This record gives sequence, structure tokens and C-alpha cells, in this order.
Amino acid sequence: MKIEKNVDASNMSLALEGRLDTMTAPLLESEIQGKLAGVTNLEFNFAKLTYISSAGLRVLLAAQKIMNKQGKMIIKNACAEIKEIFEVTGFSDILTVV
Amino acid sequence: MQNWVKEIVVDSKFENVRTLTEFVENSLEPLNPSPKAIMQIGVAIDELFSNVVRYSGSDNLKLILNVNEDVLTAKLTFIDEGVEYDPLKKSDPDVTLAAEDRPIGGLGIYLVKKIMDGVEYKRDGRKNVLTVVKKLA
Repeated sequence: MKIEKNVDASNMSLALEGRLDTMTAPLLESEIQGKLAGVTNLEFNFAKLTYISSAGLRVLLAAQKIMNKQGKMIIKNACAEIKEIFEVTGFSDILTVV
Repeated sequence: MQNWVKEIVVDSKFENVRTLTEFVENSLEPLNPSPKAIMQIGVAIDELFSNVVRYSGSDNLKLILNVNEDVLTAKLTFIDEGVEYDPLKKSDPDVTLAAEDRPIGGLGIYLVKKIMDGVEYKRDGRKNVLTVVKKLA
């Protein structure tokens, strides 16, 4: 997986490419954990993400819990297969998927 | 009638989730499975294999891939020699809870149950045998 991270003042964006699974979720976690102080807009671009498993969902949930307290978080350009994973796990109600 | 079986054995190490996924994807490719079915099978492999690596204590895992080409269905059987564990006994998480009330984790097996067409567990001597079935069309 490739992660492209951009930080501009209180805006952070992360563009993910490839597979967000058991192997790669820890990478994303290390990009987020302890690094959201002062961030009020967190944006994920999933245009090039092909795959997500529960390991990836866990990281998104952890990020959402933090952002609920300090700003907002959105997920852009998720493909139909990933949106379906959000649907069946109820994550579509928790996350803001645009 | 076209039925075939292939199998692979891998060490119980996280990185082998890739080995298993590629083995299954490459084996199924000639059948032109739907991208959604392939992605969901990949998710099932990720969830089930990572559970074996994390909790079973088994040194390795055997994956048997059975395909019925007539009805375009794949059956994946995961066999490990770890401690007895039936993941299907675990109660489903409440997927209607708000983010704040959601535990981090506990979603993997639930996800597998939702996206596969069938999931079964049996204990066979010293082996855990977990089978998932998925239509490829």
C-alpha cells in the first residue's frame, strides 16, 4: 500500500493506494496515531484503494472517534466494493462517505 | 462437469496472507470471477488467516480450494492444528452503535459471515476446519 499524506495547517489528507488489510493497516495507523493534534479536517481519498478488511476498518474507527471530538473526517471516492463493506458492518452510519 | 481442487500450505506468518490471496486469485482468474467476489474472498482470507496466526498457535495453515465450474462456486477450506476455536460461536457485534460506543475490533468474523454465501466450522481430531463458500459470478 502507498500512503500520500498532506498536512496544511489544520487540514490533513491521506490518499491511499492498494490494499488496506492485516499487513498494511499498521502503516496507516502509524501515520495517524498521535499525529492528529490540531487537525480539524481529516480527509481520506480512497480513489486508488482496491480493498479493505476489518484491520483497516479498525484504524478508520479509531480515527473517527478522535475526529468526532475535534473536527470532522470524510472519506472520498470509495469504490462500490469498499462501500459495500461499510454497509454490511454499519460503518456507513458512522463514517462520512462522500 | 468441471470440478477441481488445489491446495497450498503456508507457515503461520502474517506476510503469507499475500501468498494465499495470490494463490486463490491466480487459480480463479481463468473463470473470470466478478471483481466483487474476488475482493470479498480476499477479505475472507485476510480475516480467517490473520486469526489463525494471532490466536491458534498452529505452525502452519493448509488452504484447500475446491471449484465447481458448473455453478461457478469456490469453496475454501482453512485447516490448522492449533487450539480448538470455533469463531462462529462468537456473538455478532452490534453494528448499529455509534462510533463512540463501538469496540475497536470484533468485526472480522462477522464480516466473513456477511460477505460469504456459507461458513462452516468443525473440529476434526486435532484440526480446526473452517470452510467458506462463495459464488464467483
